Amino acid sequence: MAQTNLLARWREKKDLAKLDGYKLAGGFRALRKALIMKPADIISEMKKATIRGRGGAGFPAGMKWSFVPPGEGPRYLVINADEGEPGTFKDRALLSEDPFRIIEGAVIAARAVGLTAGYLYVRGEFFEIAQRFEKAIADARKGGYLGKNILGSGFSFDLFVHLGAGAYICGEETALLESLEGKPGRPRLKPPFPAVKGAFARPTVINNVETIAAVPMILEMGGDAFHALGVQGDGGVRLFGLSGHVNRPGLYEFPVGKNLRELIFEDGGGIVGGKALKGVIPGGSSTPILLPGEIDVAMTCDSMRNAGTMLGTGCATVIAEGTCIVQVALRVARFYAHESCGQCTPCREGCAWMAATIERIEKGTAELRELDLLLEMARNIKGRTICPLGEAAAMPIEAFVTKFRDEFEAHIRAGGCPSHVG
Amino acid sequence: MQLAFSADNEARIGRLLAEYPDPKACLLPALYIAQEQFGYLTHEVMELVAERIGLPPGEVLSTATFYSMFKKRPTGKYHIQVCGNVSCFLKGSDRLMAALEKMLGIRDGETTEDGLFTLSTVQCLAACGTAPALQVNDTYHEEMTPEKVVALVNRLREEGR
Ligand SMILES: Cc1cc2nc3c(=O)[nH]c(=O)nc-3n(C[C@H](O)[C@H](O)[C@H](O)COP(=O)(O)O)c2cc1C
Ligand code: FES
Repeated sequence: MAQTNLLARWREKKDLAKLDGYKLAGGFRALRKALIMKPADIISEMKKATIRGRGGAGFPAGMKWSFVPPGEGPRYLVINADEGEPGTFKDRALLSEDPFRIIEGAVIAARAVGLTAGYLYVRGEFFEIAQRFEKAIADARKGGYLGKNILGSGFSFDLFVHLGAGAYICGEETALLESLEGKPGRPRLKPPFPAVKGAFARPTVINNVETIAAVPMILEMGGDAFHALGVQGDGGVRLFGLSGHVNRPGLYEFPVGKNLRELIFEDGGGIVGGKALKGVIPGGSSTPILLPGEIDVAMTCDSMRNAGTMLGTGCATVIAEGTCIVQVALRVARFYAHESCGQCTPCREGCAWMAATIERIEKGTAELRELDLLLEMARNIKGRTICPLGEAAAMPIEAFVTKFRDEFEAHIRAGGCPSHVG
Repeated sequence: MQLAFSADNEARIGRLLAEYPDPKACLLPALYIAQEQFGYLTHEVMELVAERIGLPPGEVLSTATFYSMFKKRPTGKYHIQVCGNVSCFLKGSDRLMAALEKMLGIRDGETTEDGLFTLSTVQCLAACGTAPALQVNDTYHEEMTPEKVVALVNRLREEGR
């Protein structure tokens, strides 16, 4: 399967991040088209495209757009640029390399759903990127592509950058809304869903950066053509990432359905130092690890689920033999313990307890029976929290302990890491 | 001493108020502006923000303390933040941290006596494909090695004087 450059156009086209360069590359053609289309027809193209959300959950975007009830008054678009799921590094590239595409996609989404204003919620660490994005927004306004009466169409929509401040939980859509409103990022109970009651208690569409960046492409080539690039029910191309012990780490773009083994061993050039593969975390640290025998799988939302894991953000972390898996599990557990917002007891206490237990296993002060307790704790977190952070923490830990039980037991028996690697 | 926003920052906050349907939503951006002007967020600074936006000081405090990027204490001129998450760990982030601790003579979480450097471990910076990564204030440094870290600190020491 050959790489494509439909999203990652910056590999072929120069100066995309400047308004003139973007226009030269055919920018705003899709917007002009959208401005004369009926809003319902734009949504229908999105549905035909069957683009599944690129933020991790894989919800079909066209369907999400159609959930917003008709009506008057302010309605919002929120673009999720929080990119916090460990192992994920794709939105950062889109934001810095092709900002006008995100702006164009936002205006089209707004026109389709009838939204009046939008916010790009950017993680605080991306401060420099956010500043450049604000410049792009200002240029787009000056060019008439954003703001009042866009390109003389009578349609108005404006976009603003809102900077987060170092809380992973704010990537979760309802925590993000709280944060946008100036509050601590504590997830809301659903329902009501954001489509009905979102930002400032108004109907709101929330999409990931990559989902929005794909919108102009979908309108230009048509929903059916976009769908045909991928697989049935999971259309298009997407960005895939490789990090960790792989010879050629970085971003890749492929049609949905790319084979994970091929991505790692052909495109990624295999494992560093010719080592054996130990495991792959396929789509961000909340997705359960796959063993070497499990990676011959198509990277679609559904086939990854059938493989017992999730496609997540499409950014895979590759782990070579010789790495201490307990150390890896510890980093993952600590992350979620640190980032739990604290409002649900099973998540707050459970994540802290899992991290503390794994720390003792790593140090060699735990007992064998604690492994089963660890699994039980993970099971007890799942399904008992307001938002999916609890699951995001429990699922990978369950997989580490179940699939590498020998190694956990060896740590406990040896009174510490037997390999002293990592 | 009565704290006040600079005229520039006053204007920035004024513009912010127009970007949101509810003034309360200006809180995060206003805290950033305050942090930029005053260095970190003391109670007095938070009260100033509360008054300017029209919020109870308690709400400002509860939001400010929720977010790790709002500083409640002074930090060094250069805040070195080393990612310790999985992808960076696999590419040797522990060695970067060790090199920094040795060179700066401080531990993770501390500030050098001359006030030049603060050292922290942070979570994934979304630079995993170019790991290991660190940030100095808002600037990314990627594909780092212990050697590159030494050169970086030496350069910052020069510039920081
Ligand atoms: C704990 C947690 C963290 C999340 N972090 C992000 C994130 O950083 N970026 C993102 O786009 N979605 C993130 N999501 C998913 C969002 O809740 C939401 O599903 C997504 O932004 C919707 O956009 P999409 O349908 O276009 O993918 C997170 C979800 C959870 C539960
Ligand atoms: S793990 Fe370090 S940048 Fe992602």
